[in-house]
Amino acid sequence: MLLEMAAGGFGDRVAVGSLGDGLTVKQIFDHAGAAAQRFRSANAENVAMIDITSPSLPICLFGASWAGLPFVPLNYRLTNQELDALLERISPSIALMQPETQERISNTSKIHSVTRDDLVASNGPEVEISTDWSMDGEDTAILLFTSGTTGEPKAAVLRQRHLVSYILGSVEFMGAGEEEAALISVPPYHIAGIAATLSNLYAGRRVVQLPEFDAEKWVELVRSESVTSAMVVPTMLSRIVEYLVSEGQDSPGLPTLRALSYGGGKMPQPTIETALELLPDTNFVNAYGLTETSSTVALLGPEEHREAFSSADESVRRRISSVGRPLPTIEVSIRDEEGNELPSDESGEIWVRGEQVSGEYKGLQLTLTEDGWFPTHDGGWLDNEGYLFVTGRIDDVIVKGGQNISPGEIEEVLLQHSAVADAAAIGVPDQQWGEKIVAAIVLHQKQEVGEEELKDSVKEQLRSNRTPDEIVFLDELPYNETGKLLRRVLKEQLVDLGDGSTV
Amino acid sequence: MALLKAGGRWASSVCDTEVIVVKGPEDEVSLTCGGVDMVEAGSDPVSGELDDSGDGTQLGKRYVDDEDTLEVLCTKPGAGSLGANGNALQLKDAKPLPASD
Repeated sequence: MLLEMAAGGFGDRVAVGSLGDGLTVKQIFDHAGAAAQRFRSANAENVAMIDITSPSLPICLFGASWAGLPFVPLNYRLTNQELDALLERISPSIALMQPETQERISNTSKIHSVTRDDLVASNGPEVEISTDWSMDGEDTAILLFTSGTTGEPKAAVLRQRHLVSYILGSVEFMGAGEEEAALISVPPYHIAGIAATLSNLYAGRRVVQLPEFDAEKWVELVRSESVTSAMVVPTMLSRIVEYLVSEGQDSPGLPTLRALSYGGGKMPQPTIETALELLPDTNFVNAYGLTETSSTVALLGPEEHREAFSSADESVRRRISSVGRPLPTIEVSIRDEEGNELPSDESGEIWVRGEQVSGEYKGLQLTLTEDGWFPTHDGGWLDNEGYLFVTGRIDDVIVKGGQNISPGEIEEVLLQHSAVADAAAIGVPDQQWGEKIVAAIVLHQKQEVGEEELKDSVKEQLRSNRTPDEIVFLDELPYNETGKLLRRVLKEQLVDLGDGSTV
Repeated sequence: MALLKAGGRWASSVCDTEVIVVKGPEDEVSLTCGGVDMVEAGSDPVSGELDDSGDGTQLGKRYVDDEDTLEVLCTKPGAGSLGANGNALQLKDAKPLPASD
């Protein structure tokens, strides 16, 4: 529906790529129609994507919706075993992947594959595009695997009605000027990557894609493509700020960049302050949202940034570290452990409610309360004017560089080492990454093992961002009487290993 | 008369207009386009004659009633203008949020 409207309203605008050779909205529409036909005839139940961001992302995303099939972007950085396990759960499926990825999959019999070129081929076999769009709001639009605390990834379900509510509630149709361009550098398996693809298309804003983030390339693209807006996670902004600082006095800055939105983790205060100084003409937006809420539910706008930055009143000033106020279509409530609403200034769990909020995981019970509230597992509080402050995950997930890392899988690997008696992985505050991973190790008596050896053992079995940044050796780990590891106590013991930034 | 639920899609009987309900009142409403009852998208149009004296509908624009209890978004434009219970719907001013993604 969204793409159909866009094609009808401004089909000649470039949707993705450079002004000279990018794909227009109408071309995306045509390719998506052909892709839908291909997906349908493959007898697939899901349309997966195991690939970096490319113009095939919107084609695949809209093609899947058109065919009434869930779109399932997977993290291409997963290990082969992890990929196999997830593919098993969504087969039979058709997957957008390059030949080199295909080689990594062991059970290919139930996975049809299609490459980037297949989806954008203009001289391919002529297909008749049927216009019978699936109209059902209950159709699953997106399945996004989130890393759960227990290790087994959960598949968050976003239905058409959630995404359409989000777009209609937060974006104005053709609200962007023809000269506007957005730079997307978050991967397709991140909710922000999906949301950006949808909202920019509906707004009529050209999208420029950066498949694998690199600060220098990001800055170059902003300059060469005259990018007017972008969304980054905190780690990316830290790198961008470092790069701009390294250019020194002669830095041409980023004069075309009107708006920069950040989210997906706690932004270190010094980073945002330096960014505001380096980019005086850029409007900053801080957005807060989760996969389960179809992206943004609260935001701190440019005016609020400036107001907070220049105010002498501490209660206004501190709002620079808030995520702003809920969208007009969203309600936020702070609850205690029994689910009772807490007054302003009191910290508890953040609950959200609205048409875009799903709170649903495939195969699991709906996590929404009877009256539609979604407990986010994020801690936080509201000030007396409704500004939301997020204090961190209530559960134990380590958030490093915007990626959720379950301590359990790291501990499991460490415990495999013969010298290790007990192990706990926790996150401690870190300015660059938000959190860094510290592994606390208890050795068997009279055993020894080097730090590097333990790090290497994790590196061999898990993705590289799971490798502990630090290893500490302790005599024992703190447990309560029922044998539950007291992570919070451990965190307090090890907080000195952090760099003192507040998370 | 029909209950207009959020997300419901309605089509004009006499022109190309299609809308999606963004917000609907609790009571049933007679939703018209070009002076003739609209029908649920995909079902057969009712007979009637197009009244094209108004401005018609514009793609992507929102239309509201005077009480602000009903809001629809135009997903396909047409020559007929929208009405609810005999009163014309008004074009809603855009209040864009800053882009967050």
